[in-house]
Parts: sequence; structure tokens; C-alpha cells
Amino acid sequence: MPLGAYLTLAALVFAIGLFGVLTRRNAVGILLGIELMLNAVNINLVAFGRFHADLTGVMFTLFTIAITVAEVAVGLAIVIVIFRVRRTVDADHLDLLRG
Amino acid sequence: MTPRVGSATLALVVLGLPFASFLLLAVVRPLRRSAPAAAAVSIAAVLGSLLAALLTMRGAAARAAQQSPSTTWSWIPGDGGPMATVGVMVDDLSMTMLLLVTLVSFLVQVYSWAYLHDEPRTSLGRYYAYHSLFAFSMLGLVLAPTFLQMFVFWELVGLCSYLLIGYWYDRPSAARAAVKAFWITKLGDLGFVAGIVMLWSATGTFDFWTLFQMGSQGTLPIETLPLIMFLIYLGAVGKSAQFPLHVWLPDAMEGPTPVSALIHAATMVTAGVFLVTRAFPLFLLTPDLLTLVAWVGAFTALLAASMACVESDIKRVLAYSTVSQLGYMMAAAGAAAPEAGFLHLVAHGVFKALLFLGAGVVIHVFHTNDVFRMGGLRGRPWIWLPFVIGTLALSGVWPLPGFFTKEAILAGVFDARLGLPFAMLSVAAFLTAFYMFRVVCLAFFAPPHHAGQAHHHVPGAMTGVGWLLAALTLAMGLRQVVGGHHETGGPGWLPWFSLALAGGGILLAWAMYQRRAIDPARVARALGPIGWMASRRYGLDALFGGLYRGVLLALARLIGWLDRYLVDGVLNVLSAWTLRAGDRLRRLQTGQPQDYVYGVALGTLLLFVLAQWGLR
Repeated sequence: MPLGAYLTLAALVFAIGLFGVLTRRNAVGILLGIELMLNAVNINLVAFGRFHADLTGVMFTLFTIAITVAEVAVGLAIVIVIFRVRRTVDADHLDLLRG
Repeated sequence: MTPRVGSATLALVVLGLPFASFLLLAVVRPLRRSAPAAAAVSIAAVLGSLLAALLTMRGAAARAAQQSPSTTWSWIPGDGGPMATVGVMVDDLSMTMLLLVTLVSFLVQVYSWAYLHDEPRTSLGRYYAYHSLFAFSMLGLVLAPTFLQMFVFWELVGLCSYLLIGYWYDRPSAARAAVKAFWITKLGDLGFVAGIVMLWSATGTFDFWTLFQMGSQGTLPIETLPLIMFLIYLGAVGKSAQFPLHVWLPDAMEGPTPVSALIHAATMVTAGVFLVTRAFPLFLLTPDLLTLVAWVGAFTALLAASMACVESDIKRVLAYSTVSQLGYMMAAAGAAAPEAGFLHLVAHGVFKALLFLGAGVVIHVFHTNDVFRMGGLRGRPWIWLPFVIGTLALSGVWPLPGFFTKEAILAGVFDARLGLPFAMLSVAAFLTAFYMFRVVCLAFFAPPHHAGQAHHHVPGAMTGVGWLLAALTLAMGLRQVVGGHHETGGPGWLPWFSLALAGGGILLAWAMYQRRAIDPARVARALGPIGWMASRRYGLDALFGGLYRGVLLALARLIGWLDRYLVDGVLNVLSAWTLRAGDRLRRLQTGQPQDYVYGVALGTLLLFVLAQWGLR
């Protein structure tokens, strides 16, 4: 399969993730969208690594996966704290930054 | 008399002592708040100055006509030599002034201690600090070897005058008088500063001696010189209370009486005359201006004398008399006899200080300035005798100094063929004797106005200073009689003429106010409009008041309006717009995280689009 197919797949996954981030009202859903976007990046990295016969891309993917795990752990912890304090995780109600 | 030059070091000591005293009093608060210590410091400093001035005079050496009496140091550096210098000019003129200023300052400061004894003790330190500053400024003025330095000290004495007139600043009249004095003298000072700047741009120097040399070699720029000297003369008009800027001096009597004696009679107001005398070699190059100086001086002398005749406030009579005598001095300078004017300045400084301090004694006794509410002091000669000696000196009675100096001035004006000024000065001399003896008769010899005031104790320091000055006046007169028999010029009948003028004035005052042979009201009716106008000060005060309110305050109001509505308005509109824009922009921050993500996503897209097609 050509590189373009992988990149197209990655772009699709990224767009789906972005769509999720933008449209989900639930904070957990937003986190899921972010996961998709990150994994789209992973696909890109692995694809380029394979086609350039360079292991750096794969290495970076391993790093990204590790960081993603940490990010999800922190993100979910934040969501739980928000839920405890505000009794909701609906993004429409989380507007403390409003000017 | 050969010109002499004194020691610059000693002159600097004379100058430095009052300044050191002022610094001490200004900086060290406990010293300022303790009246006796402050007075002691100030009086000791001025006494030291007096001694140093005496030493300067004694140690003065003869100098060649071409040798400069100035010692200068460079001040403002410039290309090709300093742009301005500072220093001291210790010639006969300034040495005499040093003596006069330090002597009168010293006596007045001693007198003040007794006179202001009832003042709050804490404010006396302020009084003595001002006095020290004044002594320093006035000494600096007379020692100045350049126009620029003179101007600096000129403004400093103006400041001290303002501060001391307004010493009782909680009295509205005193505060107003202080501001009036400041404004009106500033009006003249504007001319002065413009004149010296023009002179500098034409010649490149402020230095008197250099300018005199240029003048004698005929290398001064002649076309602009009359205008320059006229502007400089304007400064003298303001400071020395010449018509039409004389209106501030009578109001300046709101200050304490010793201040009037020192600043508004003996020293500061004579600064204008001193300026003309100092710069006389330059004035000599502009004969038309000198004629103007003589006319204005003579007119001032007559005008002020006429106003003194209808005034009932003893200090104001003396103030008008000062204006009148300053007119005399200026007239002498204008008639190319500045030595006569300067001699009159020195003699007047002594006996007018005596008169003011004597007036202070009667004011102390009666607690009023109104001569019609005084009287009944015939039995206390130790009070009235010094005042009468001063009055005789001022009227020009032989053998007191006023006789010699006034005669010299009249002779100078007569020799300069200034007919009408001579006549005006003669009438002024007659009026001087009249109004002074009017005051003497009313204040001392009239029947007592009301009982129970004559036993008021007068401190010894006050009468002592009066007697000292009276003795000094007598000594100055006797010295003229015995030793200094100088040729005054003028026709032989002049001494008799001036004596007759004085005698006539005295006789008329005696007849009107002592014998009551002539009813003053009838005289006033006979003179009609003149008396009416004189008692209203010829409308000049009203004119200046109107100008002040109409022009200055209107201008201030206009500028205030511009500031409030134009300058501030623009700023207010700008800030309102900023606030409104900020309020609109605030709405962008919704606080919804997803809106920010939209922003980031759209921004990234935009960057991609621009990178692909936009920016080539």
C-alpha cells in the first residue's frame, strides 16, 4: 500500500477526533477525541518510519503512547475532581474562564 | 576719589555667613523651632558679615582705572571660554552697599526680636531663616560682577520679599499683598531677563567690566542698545517701584514692620537704583533713555508724595515716601549724576530704616497704624526724638544727610537742564517735608486720642536700635559738614532754595496739624479733584487690579477651560473608547474550552491555507 493511504487514514482519524473534541459535551468524550487525534499522529509517525526505513518514527510512537497514558490518567483525574466539585462534567457548564 | 578694590575672600565671607545661617535654620529642625537659638544664629551670622564688610572696606586697596575689580570663576562652560561666570565685584559701590545691607540687616534682626516677641515662638525660626536668606541674596546682588548672577540674586530677593510680606500668611490681606508684590515686580523682571539675554546675544558676555570696556571703546552694538537698556531699566522700574509699577510697595506694608524697614525701604527696593548705578556706563551710551529715566523718576517722586499727603496709615505714608525718594534717586541717575543718587540711596537706607523702626515703636505703643488714633507722646522724647531726627533728615534739613544728598540730586537735575523734572522734584521736596511733619504732629504731639495706652512698655532693644540709627544719621550729616565738603554744582541759590522748600513744608504741616490755624478739610476742598484722586491713588491700583482680573485671571480661566475640556476631553474620549472596545472584546472569552479549540483549529487551518496559497 502506498504512503498516501496511511496518511489519508491518519487524516481521517484526526478529523474524527477533532470532531469529537468539538462536539462532545461530556468531558470524558472530549478526552476520547483527544486520544483519537494522538493516535492519528502515531499512525503518521509509524508510516513515515516504515517508508523511510528509519526507526526514529517508531521510537517516537512508543514515547507518544507512554505520554498518552500519562495524559489520560491526569485528564481523567481532573475530570473526576471537576465532577466532585461541580457535580457535572458537561463542558457547557465549565466556563470559569469566561471574560 | 581714586577707585578701590576690596578683598574677594573677605567679600565671600560676607556672602557666605548668612547663607550658612540660612542652611542651618532651614535644615536643622530643632534649631528652627527654637526661637532664641534661631535668632542667635541669624544675628551672629549677620554680625559676622558686618564685621567682614568693615574689614573689606578697611583693607581695600587703590586700583588703577584699567584694573578690573571683579574676581570671577567660570560657571557655564562654552566653546572658546566660559559662557557665563560667577564671582564677586568688590568696588567702592558694592563695598558701600555691603556695609549698608549688613548694618541695617543686623539692626533690624535685633529689633525684630523685641518687636515680634508675642509671635508664636515656633514661627520665629522661619522668620529668621527668611532674613538670613534675604541678607545672602541682597549681598549676592550687590557683589554680582555679571548681569546673569545679578539676575539670579535679583529673583532671590524678590522671593524673600514675597515670603516676608506674607509672613502672616493667615491674613488674607497679607497673602494678597505678597502675591501682588510678586506679580508686579515679575512684570518688570520679564523686561530685565529679556534685556540681558539680548545683550548677551549681541555681545557674548554678561560681565559688567567687559561690557564697560567695550562701551568705552565704542564697540557695543549701538542700534539695539537703547532697546536692551530700556528692557533692563524695566526690571529696575518694577523693583524700585517706579511709576507705573509702584503699586505693590504700599501694599507690601502688610508684612511685619521690621521687614518693611529692611526690605521695602533700606535695601531691596533700592536694587533697581543700584542696577542703574552699576550699569551706568552702559546707560550713558543711551542719552534718550536717561532722559526718560529722569522724567519717570521725577514724576514718581511727585505722584507718590501727593499720595502720602492723604494717607492715614503711618506705614503707608512711609511707603509712599520711599517710592518718592526712589524716584529722586532714579531722577539723579537719569540726570547723569548717579553718585548723587547713590549717596541718597545710602543716606535714605539709614534714615528710612530709622523711620520705619520708629513707626514700629509707635505701632507697638498704640496697636494701630492709623495716625489719627495716636498722639500724646510729647512727654516721652526717647520715643519721638529718633523719629523726628529721621524726619528732619528725610525732609532735607541742614545738617542732616538728606539735605546734602537731595541738594546734590537737585543740582544734578538742574545742570542736566531738565526743567520740568526739576520743578516736580522741588514740589515733591516741599510735599515730603509737609507729609512727614503731618505724621509727626499727628502721631506724637497731637492730644492723646484715648487715655490708658501711653504707659505701654517699649522694649529697650527697639528704642536702642532707633537711637543708634539716629546717631548714625547725625554722624553722616556732620561728616558732610566737617570733612566731605564736595562741590555739588548747581547755582548758588540752590541750598537756600531746598532749605526753603523743606521749611515751608514743615511750617505748613505745623500750622495745619499742630496749631490748627488752617483747617485741613478746607485745604482738601480747595485742592478738590487732586486730593480726591490722590486719596484714590489715581486709580492706578484699581487699574492694575482690573488688568489682573481682566487679563491674567481671564487668561487663566481660558487655559483652565482648555485644559479641562480640550486636553482632558481628548484623553477622556480615548479612555472611554478603550474601555468600550475592551468590553466588546471581553465577550470573545466565552470560557467554553471547545470555543478555544475551534479557534486553534481554524487558526491552524488558516495557516495551512496561507502557506499553501497565500504567502508566495
